[in-house]
Amino acid sequence: MKRLVFLAPLLLFAGLVGWFVAGMDRERQLPSMLIDRPAPAVTLPPLLTDRPGLDPAALAAGRPQLVNLFASWCAPCRVEHPTFMALAREGVPILGINYKDRPEDAIRWLEQLGNPYARIGTDRDGRAGIDWGITGVPETFLLDARGRVRWRHVGPLMPEHVPSLRQALAMAARG
Amino acid sequence: MIAELGHYALILALFVAVVQSMLPLMGAARRDATLMAVAPSAANAQLLCCGIAFAALTYAYVTSDFSVANVYQNSHTDKPMLYKVSGVWGNHEGSLILWVVTMALFGAAVGWFGAALTPSLRARVIGVQGLVAIGFLLFILFTSNPFERLSPAPIQGEGLNPLLQDPGLAFHPPMLYLGYVGFSLTFSFAIAGLLEGRLDAAWARWVRPWVLAAWAFLTAGIALGSWWAYYELGWGGWWFWDPVENASFMPWLLGTALLHSAIVVEKRDALKRWTVLLAILTFALSLLGTFLVRSGILTSVHSFAVDPTRGMFVLLLLAAVVGGGLALYAWRAPTLEPGGLFQPISREGGLVLNNLLLTTATATVFLGTLYPLFLEVVGGGRVSVGPPYFNATFIPLMVPLVAAMAVGPLLAWKRADIKGALQRLWAVVAVTVGGSLAVLWLDRGGPVLAPLGIAMALWLILGTLVEVAERIALFKAPMSTSLRRLVNLPRAAVGLTLGHVGCGLAILGMTGSLWTTEVIRAMRPGDVQQLAGYDIRFDGVEERRGANFLSEQGTFTVMRDNAVVWVLKPEKRRFDSPPMVTTEAAIKSRLFYDLYLVLGEPDRREGARAASDRWGVRMYHEPMVPFIWLGAVVMVIGGLVSLSDRRFRIGAPTRRAVPAGTATGAPAE
Repeated sequence: MKRLVFLAPLLLFAGLVGWFVAGMDRERQLPSMLIDRPAPAVTLPPLLTDRPGLDPAALAAGRPQLVNLFASWCAPCRVEHPTFMALAREGVPILGINYKDRPEDAIRWLEQLGNPYARIGTDRDGRAGIDWGITGVPETFLLDARGRVRWRHVGPLMPEHVPSLRQALAMAARG
Repeated sequence: MIAELGHYALILALFVAVVQSMLPLMGAARRDATLMAVAPSAANAQLLCCGIAFAALTYAYVTSDFSVANVYQNSHTDKPMLYKVSGVWGNHEGSLILWVVTMALFGAAVGWFGAALTPSLRARVIGVQGLVAIGFLLFILFTSNPFERLSPAPIQGEGLNPLLQDPGLAFHPPMLYLGYVGFSLTFSFAIAGLLEGRLDAAWARWVRPWVLAAWAFLTAGIALGSWWAYYELGWGGWWFWDPVENASFMPWLLGTALLHSAIVVEKRDALKRWTVLLAILTFALSLLGTFLVRSGILTSVHSFAVDPTRGMFVLLLLAAVVGGGLALYAWRAPTLEPGGLFQPISREGGLVLNNLLLTTATATVFLGTLYPLFLEVVGGGRVSVGPPYFNATFIPLMVPLVAAMAVGPLLAWKRADIKGALQRLWAVVAVTVGGSLAVLWLDRGGPVLAPLGIAMALWLILGTLVEVAERIALFKAPMSTSLRRLVNLPRAAVGLTLGHVGCGLAILGMTGSLWTTEVIRAMRPGDVQQLAGYDIRFDGVEERRGANFLSEQGTFTVMRDNAVVWVLKPEKRRFDSPPMVTTEAAIKSRLFYDLYLVLGEPDRREGARAASDRWGVRMYHEPMVPFIWLGAVVMVIGGLVSLSDRRFRIGAPTRRAVPAGTATGAPAE
């Protein structure tokens, strides 16, 4: 009985490692799940007064578009932000999902760095994030004209990823 | 060539680590003095090998050798020299090299300064240190080799993330690592003690300086990180309960508990099993911190790299090191002799209370950090645990802890008189109650926590000072006597005072931040904004070229009663490589408040780029916030002062005499 007390830390730790292994597995299963499937039908309230939020109709807009999940507290989002500003200037439509963020922080963030998004939906509790199966922010998805996921990028989208994005865009445009 | 040399040195270090662990451990088991004597020289060789690898990588960074992939990904020729050097550890691979070189340094230090340890304990400590090093060296060589070459070599590097190009962050990781790795040594001591089957006052006296050193470094590292977040992220906040912040905060909390429980082992030969468990768990949390950061298992500000292979490897390492340690604990701890007895109301009792509260606090932070992951794994959906949870669970634990912190040092060992102790604090009670009532009155309708925070800070700082005043018989003896006593106070006592006062100062600062005033508005040049008694005039923005960035620098004139007090220049920097914008807040720090200005985006109408642009501006008045870091500095100094006391006492000439006097006071074995 007394030995059990000293065994307890080991048993607890073994349980913890089990959880971690399960958690890591989850991380690795996700990447390809949504590819070529319709994007999750989420309806999200707008973040800004002058831009609409997200709804299922907006996701199938008749032309390819990007969906980017971002948050003001996420440093890699800040890193990738100029890439989106550049893409938006080229006319690539970008939909934003503001993930687990305080709206006032997100608005400030956009005021400070600029707003590349045509629509922004707020996902305060991270539920849309689950539907999209993200492992963290930032993540970016390319949808085709009918709103199917064609391409996914995990982590900050940097200039070196843009060529592969362009290729995916061209493919998506052809259908 | 140099890079290959570094790589080769790393491989050599792995083999040396095998020798460093196997031979001394075998020697200690067989009582073979020759094998045990290998330990110090193997530890020196290990330090040499890891040192060469670190130097080789630093050389590659300093000379901008972009044929090394790691340098290409993280450096740039235009980068200032400081950040070329800090770039060495500003990335995953390099930070691991820093980790092993620090570990080797600490292992070798046991060889240099550990002549007074029993030979078998010394051999075992160095051996266990070698075992942990094997794990890390394998990790580097198999998943994270920093010396990989690129062919053809690129002409220019990609540059270090501009957010990381900052003096605060240049030294934040090395400090944290010195702390984490310092706890690897206390872990080695715990394992060696379990293997020896003997944990006594001498063991505790050896462990304490290492705990102190690790704790002081970790305190400095966390404070630097929080300071960086405060001035670089531009939100005016200093702590976010972010998973990665928590990852460094948990070992700190448990390390603080260890720091205190080791005192009981040393002075009273009690709490041995508990202290060993704490030593193992503190290092476990240090490793867990690394795992959480490297695996990307949690979403965080810091999630720069998501790499499941590395995460899996760190998890294996964690399982092997901690699992092995805890298994040994389950096997050997029951055989440790329980030590001296004591009453609940006593110095020991106070330290036990400290340990209970700190451990519970660690557990709540742990749960809050990992709960989202737990819930998700069982399919309970995603939740986020934010500051409300931590404020609701952590603060209630800190209140009794702080209350006890002022009383504990006044209690005697074994059995104490709580009434007497409280009587000695009557004046402090009066000031504390008066102070918080005054705050309550002056700040009607203000933050609820403010009077409580002020009360805690006053109680802790004044209570600690009362203890010193009693020690030196202030106002009871002639001033000259008091001064003489003050100078002759044991360094450890001074360390206690500084540590507790520093903590009180930090609480004062944290409380002050509840009164932060924030103003957000768009300003045209010439506009004036009032903030906390100042008139702040926006004078305009000009462009400026920096070493590797283009800067838009705003000029703000701060006036009081129509007289100019300061000119502040917050900036936005646009870096070329990697392309990124950072905000450089302009902070004017007075002792009792910070004035904090951030320049936002211009609100440009289509086509117009005139000087009449409106700019988004955020201004903060942050009362007492500088005390947070002042408190941390005082705490670190306290740790170092206390450390100098230990070194003095375990100095070679007196090493027989002193332990004999204190250790045999109440022998339990």
